[in-house]
Amino acid sequence: MNIHEYQAKQIFAKYGVPTPKGKIAHSVEEAVEAAKELGGPIWVVKAQIHAGGRGLGGGVKLAKSLEEVKELADEILGMTLVTHQTGPEGKLVQKVYIEDGADIQDELYLSVVLDRAAEMPIIMASTEGGMDIETVAEKTPEKIIKVAVDPSIGFQGFHGRELVFGLGITDKVQQKNMINFAKKLYTLYMENDAEMIEINPLIRTGEGEFIALDGKMGFDDSALGRHPDIEAMRDLSEEDPDEREAAQYGLSYIALDGEIGCMVNGAGLAMGTMDTINYMGGTPANFLDVGGSANAETVAKGFEIILKNPNVKAIFVNIFGGIVRCDRIANGILEATKLVDVHVPVIVRLDGTNAPEAAEILKNANIENVIPATDLADGAAKAVAAAKGEL
Amino acid sequence: MSILVNKDTKVIVQGFTGKEGSFHAEQCIDYGTNIVGGVTPNKGGQEHLGKPVFNTVKEAVDATGATVSMIFVPPAFVADAVMEAADAGIELAVIITEGAPVRDMMYAKQYATKHNMKTIGPNCPGIITADECKIGIMPGMIFKKGNVGLISKSGTLTYEGANQVVKEGFGITTAVGIGGDPIIGLSYKQLLPMFEADPETEAIVMIGEIGGDLEIQAAKLIKEQITKPVVAFIAGQTAPKGKRMGHAGAIISGSAGTAAEKMAALEAAGVKVVVSPAEIGKAVAEVLAKK
Repeated sequence: MNIHEYQAKQIFAKYGVPTPKGKIAHSVEEAVEAAKELGGPIWVVKAQIHAGGRGLGGGVKLAKSLEEVKELADEILGMTLVTHQTGPEGKLVQKVYIEDGADIQDELYLSVVLDRAAEMPIIMASTEGGMDIETVAEKTPEKIIKVAVDPSIGFQGFHGRELVFGLGITDKVQQKNMINFAKKLYTLYMENDAEMIEINPLIRTGEGEFIALDGKMGFDDSALGRHPDIEAMRDLSEEDPDEREAAQYGLSYIALDGEIGCMVNGAGLAMGTMDTINYMGGTPANFLDVGGSANAETVAKGFEIILKNPNVKAIFVNIFGGIVRCDRIANGILEATKLVDVHVPVIVRLDGTNAPEAAEILKNANIENVIPATDLADGAAKAVAAAKGEL
Repeated sequence: MSILVNKDTKVIVQGFTGKEGSFHAEQCIDYGTNIVGGVTPNKGGQEHLGKPVFNTVKEAVDATGATVSMIFVPPAFVADAVMEAADAGIELAVIITEGAPVRDMMYAKQYATKHNMKTIGPNCPGIITADECKIGIMPGMIFKKGNVGLISKSGTLTYEGANQVVKEGFGITTAVGIGGDPIIGLSYKQLLPMFEADPETEAIVMIGEIGGDLEIQAAKLIKEQITKPVVAFIAGQTAPKGKRMGHAGAIISGSAGTAAEKMAALEAAGVKVVVSPAEIGKAVAEVLAKK
């Protein structure tokens, strides 16, 4: 789960990580009110969406008067912000964060993520803040300092020294500031089961203080149960409504732009099915993993969600039953055809646990639109042909 | 021969009397797995599925001599269960449970390594040595005995791959579902050399996914150490680029973790890479015919 910048900064503040003063606003009036309370003389108006690259997209702007705050809030609220992380459709801005302007001497980069290979958190820092950090990593990898922290010993002095000397910080007060900053960030990463924290830019002020000017945080979904305070920060409007509805039924759904709806058990096989459709000249309309506890109701729901997409010309149900029993899926398909108007051909491949029973169920039901397939290749080929109207 | 487990392997089940644990333990017993008991706190002394129940793993190990544990406890208790198994001298823990917090696994894996306990999973179908020992939730009937080893991140692609190998007239020595969580136990890197050393295994199927760089590491290792033919499929060639929030994940491994990148690395290491999982069986037949 991801949260907004202003929420990340609330968590930073709780741990004593320095951030500029700011207030969240849902309307132009609230934005002006927030700016008045903050006092000025300069403010930054920042679009709050779950994506990076907001500045380049025109979602972060500087205001030098309350009048400008009003103008900018009006401009940014309600705009559809397109950045390199939102996809071409962009994201609607529903909140702006009004923040005190900061005295920026230079911009750095700091993040904490899990290093899968080392199996421990790693702190990454760079003097090249404010820029696209992936470009920095690609062109000048030596400018990124990586310090892995073994959780069994926690953040030690040497971790801090590796960071500050790596960043070329020579002033002793500044060294201490940066070490404290990184240590607090590591602590809050661990204590909150974060998946990643990224601060870009982290600024150095004229007085040599370090301040988080930005903040992105993502959390381990599996650990949200023990963090009700973070769970409460979930912004449902940032999530796709169909994906969310699917999730309520234990389905994992992602819409794509092709023509063949897919219903598969297991994420790997679901991706493999999409790959096979593509390989055979078709285009998948979605990723849908029915999960391990699929039953008639969830399958019917899956059909309903897939068919909401007007581009769908055929559906390929590809189930290899392990825990999932094929007879239940077959019954789900029957159920779905009663509940939902299934107006496209449905190619069904059911293999594994109780596959013969499932075949019998579908045969007896004798539904016109339902076409059996013998294996993955056969099913994908039939689905591609059906989508082209050639079946 | 096989790798890691066989008909003589003594297995206990942690979370033995729970709904999932019971159901799958029974299936394993039916398959022929030598399940010697289980652990459920406060149910010690009882009998379940005809096997003794113990309060702690230590008691179970002392009484039965078990060396492998199959873990079915709920997500929040997985780390505790893994560490208890390691502490009791279990040699291999197969963690089936899905949804264990990553931070918990970080600590549990470290502790397991310190105690020389191997782990498989979490969030995986388990391990099966065909016709001998099934420790997990895979449908056993697919896995006919043969000469092909299989390693897969994905559960259902494990079944798909094994099924095709069998349909081509071959079979499986051992199949391992390693899981796709951020922190997992045994991976390609440890398992490939085991299959290389197993005299019965003549070819290896490895099934990967987008994300992370385990397959890239595997490619390096195959080039240097593996002489047996390897067939690989990487799922997710058509997966959309995720709408990500930050960049840190991509920088860390120095690779984007795309299917194309992994496929190219494996091909360069001499692996027969297929573009669709529907081609796995045929590719295995091809590489075995060349031998």
